[in-house]
Amino acid sequence: MASQDTDTLVIPDAPRPIVQILRMLWRDKFAFCAAIFLLIVVFCACFGPLLFEDIATKQNLRGRNAPPFDFSKDWLFWLGGDALGRPLLARIMVAAQNTLMVASGAVFFSLTIGTALGLIAGYKSNLTSQIIMRMADVIMSFPSLLLAVIVLFMLPPSVFNLVIVLAITRIPVYLRTSRAEVLEIRERMFVQAAKVMGASSGRIVFRHILPVILPTMLTIATLDFALVVLVESSLSFLGIGIQPPEITWGLMVAQGRPYLTSAWWLSFWPGLAIILTTLSLNLLSNWMRTALDPVQRWRLEIARKKK
Amino acid sequence: MTSHLLQVTNLSVDFHTAQGTVHAVKNVSWHLDRGETLAILGESGSGKSVSASAIMNLIDIPPGEIVSGEVLFNGLSLLKMPDADRRRINGNKIAMIFQDPLSHLNPVYSVGWQIAEIMTTHGMSAEKARLRTLELMHRVGIPEAETKINAYPHQFSGGQRQRLMIAMALALKPDILIADEPTTALDVTVQAQILSLLEELQQETGMGLLLITHDLGVVAEVADRVVVMNSGEIVETGTAAEVYKNPVHPYTKKLIDAVPGGGEMAAPLDTGIKPILEVDRLSKHFGSFIALDDASLTVLPGETVAIVGESGSGKSTLAKTLLRLEEATSGAAFYEGRDLVTMAPSDLFELRRDIQMVFQDPTQSLNPRMSVGSLISEAFVIHPEILAKDKWTARVQELLAQVGLDPDHVHRYPHQFSGGQRQRIAIARALALEPKLIICDEAVSALDVSIQAQVIDLLNRLQAELGLSYLFIAHDLPLVRDFAHRVVVMQGGRIVEQGPVQQIFENPREDYTRALLAASLHPDPEVQAERRKERQLQEAE
Repeated sequence: MASQDTDTLVIPDAPRPIVQILRMLWRDKFAFCAAIFLLIVVFCACFGPLLFEDIATKQNLRGRNAPPFDFSKDWLFWLGGDALGRPLLARIMVAAQNTLMVASGAVFFSLTIGTALGLIAGYKSNLTSQIIMRMADVIMSFPSLLLAVIVLFMLPPSVFNLVIVLAITRIPVYLRTSRAEVLEIRERMFVQAAKVMGASSGRIVFRHILPVILPTMLTIATLDFALVVLVESSLSFLGIGIQPPEITWGLMVAQGRPYLTSAWWLSFWPGLAIILTTLSLNLLSNWMRTALDPVQRWRLEIARKKK
Repeated sequence: MTSHLLQVTNLSVDFHTAQGTVHAVKNVSWHLDRGETLAILGESGSGKSVSASAIMNLIDIPPGEIVSGEVLFNGLSLLKMPDADRRRINGNKIAMIFQDPLSHLNPVYSVGWQIAEIMTTHGMSAEKARLRTLELMHRVGIPEAETKINAYPHQFSGGQRQRLMIAMALALKPDILIADEPTTALDVTVQAQILSLLEELQQETGMGLLLITHDLGVVAEVADRVVVMNSGEIVETGTAAEVYKNPVHPYTKKLIDAVPGGGEMAAPLDTGIKPILEVDRLSKHFGSFIALDDASLTVLPGETVAIVGESGSGKSTLAKTLLRLEEATSGAAFYEGRDLVTMAPSDLFELRRDIQMVFQDPTQSLNPRMSVGSLISEAFVIHPEILAKDKWTARVQELLAQVGLDPDHVHRYPHQFSGGQRQRIAIARALALEPKLIICDEAVSALDVSIQAQVIDLLNRLQAELGLSYLFIAHDLPLVRDFAHRVVVMQGGRIVEQGPVQQIFENPREDYTRALLAASLHPDPEVQAERRKERQLQEAE
């Protein structure tokens, strides 16, 4: 889901057709690999539960903690089996759905709400700005785990409630960053030029300020993605997040923790999935920052030269 | 050969960028003697700063590369020297001052500490360094040096900061002082002071002064010899007077011709016409600070009114208040009989079409993320009544042609244009709304002299074609002389004098106007020498 978000964002902003975007993506080989990996992850998230749900939840006590790279077995066991003998590869593919839904949902909501509030706080009058900022301070000073515990004890620990809780705790990050950027950009000459032309506040904010701060916000969002995945796993660990038999990558890491000394692969593979997804998102957001900026875009348009 | 203090021979510097190799400096040779002032004159991108950067080891390698050549300081080859030896020469024997003193002073240390630091790093005791710092601050003309030694950079004015930079550069009594556009960011009156300070200090210490500038007036004021550079090559060398009187190279001729202030002055317009803009006792206070104090002026249709003043004179505040970017504290401004100051937002929105603004720096006033086409057609998006959507592209191309740009460049972005072209885009954007009055806030001061002349020509042509009125804000008096019908001189938020351009330039009434006129530099070294004598006589009295 996250990668879909980012992909669709490229299209309306870039004035050139999709071929041009793909060509620019091809020029940056890291970003290209990242995009491919994310496509695979998204594919798993969409179809994983449909295809492998049964296999991933079926116990097989003879294959408990089966070591990885045993190529004589079925390919789903190539990454080994977990404490109940369930194939790790299949579980990772199935868990992709919950993980991506929680993480991208939380990141998406905190990004949109945080940025929107930041734009308002940065552009509106002092009073509105003060109210929004103090609200952010309240959220920041409240231990996020405590908030999560309170909310999730009252509400059933569903994916949706988890998304809401995680989104709320992450809002201040986006809010503060976007407000700071807006305060700087609103003083720039081109904003004044737009005012002189009679542009409305909405136009100035969305047409002139938002495109300039968006790359920063997206970079933060990709970094936040990993953080949210891990926070979600710690909530699951405390028993108030996603609960077994539902699975997420974070939960898999937590479940593998008692076996770390004897069967490292239980935690390692889902951990690797988290790392690779975050890394891919980072690479892609880095590429996107360049691709979206007309001043920088030539770097991707010209053929790469050896130094 | 080796008798010169500093000798640059056949220096070539390339910059390897992704867009290809740029030959920043091609086979440049010049020399500097003790007690001499050499000016390197050139417009932006001419490579005038590159050879100085090579001397100071300030070129980043890569992307830069010194392809060939040699730099000899007292017979020692600087380019072949190990870095440690070179650091001993930099700052100690060869010092440098820069254009923008604020960005070269560290804001978190007191200025005294920063000046003393140079001496302590070169092995002087803290006590001695402090005494020398005080002495230097006195010498460069900082009043109350004993208390100011503990002040921070932001507590000084621009001119004082440049004095502090000079004090810093002189701390170790260098043999050579390189000044890179030392007065470009300063007001004219301050510029004159800094230049004469540099001259005095040179006479005292006998150092060689290498002055990098784009301003023929600065050359005329201080330089003994001049090297004219254009796109990385030296096109002409000679004594300052010689080069001005008998320029050989066509580029030098073009440069000298482009200097404003020599043309005919415009006759005042017929006063019988009803003014398009009448500003009546307009004031703007920021807290207790009075930025604009009872300013009154009028602009006739088709007239150019120049507002001249130094930084802090309130000229930009006047423009911003007229455009309602700032709310006026009191007073009125009537545009075709309607008061701009008290107008309701909806009426103001309509009026935005009639009054437009062109900003100082086109790099900043054009949104870098919008193509030229969308920048100009934004006017039609905001004011849809101007034009039907299907005609936008045609109109944008027409406007681009009108300001002298290629109509096929609609899809390009601002960074793909040069500074002068960007200002043309900004003018095209203002024209898209079909305004009657354009406020130009230092609209040409960020541009090179020859480009300045072109943009002024464009503004003149547009005035003739479209009958526009201009409120032209500038700090450069000679520029205004050829362009304006009337001139308004401002100081400290007040209008001190206004009148037809001829009266202001030939019979200024106020002392301040006279001081401004006297401080502005004439490109002819002989004229400048006479003025200097007069000034010195006045000071002696």
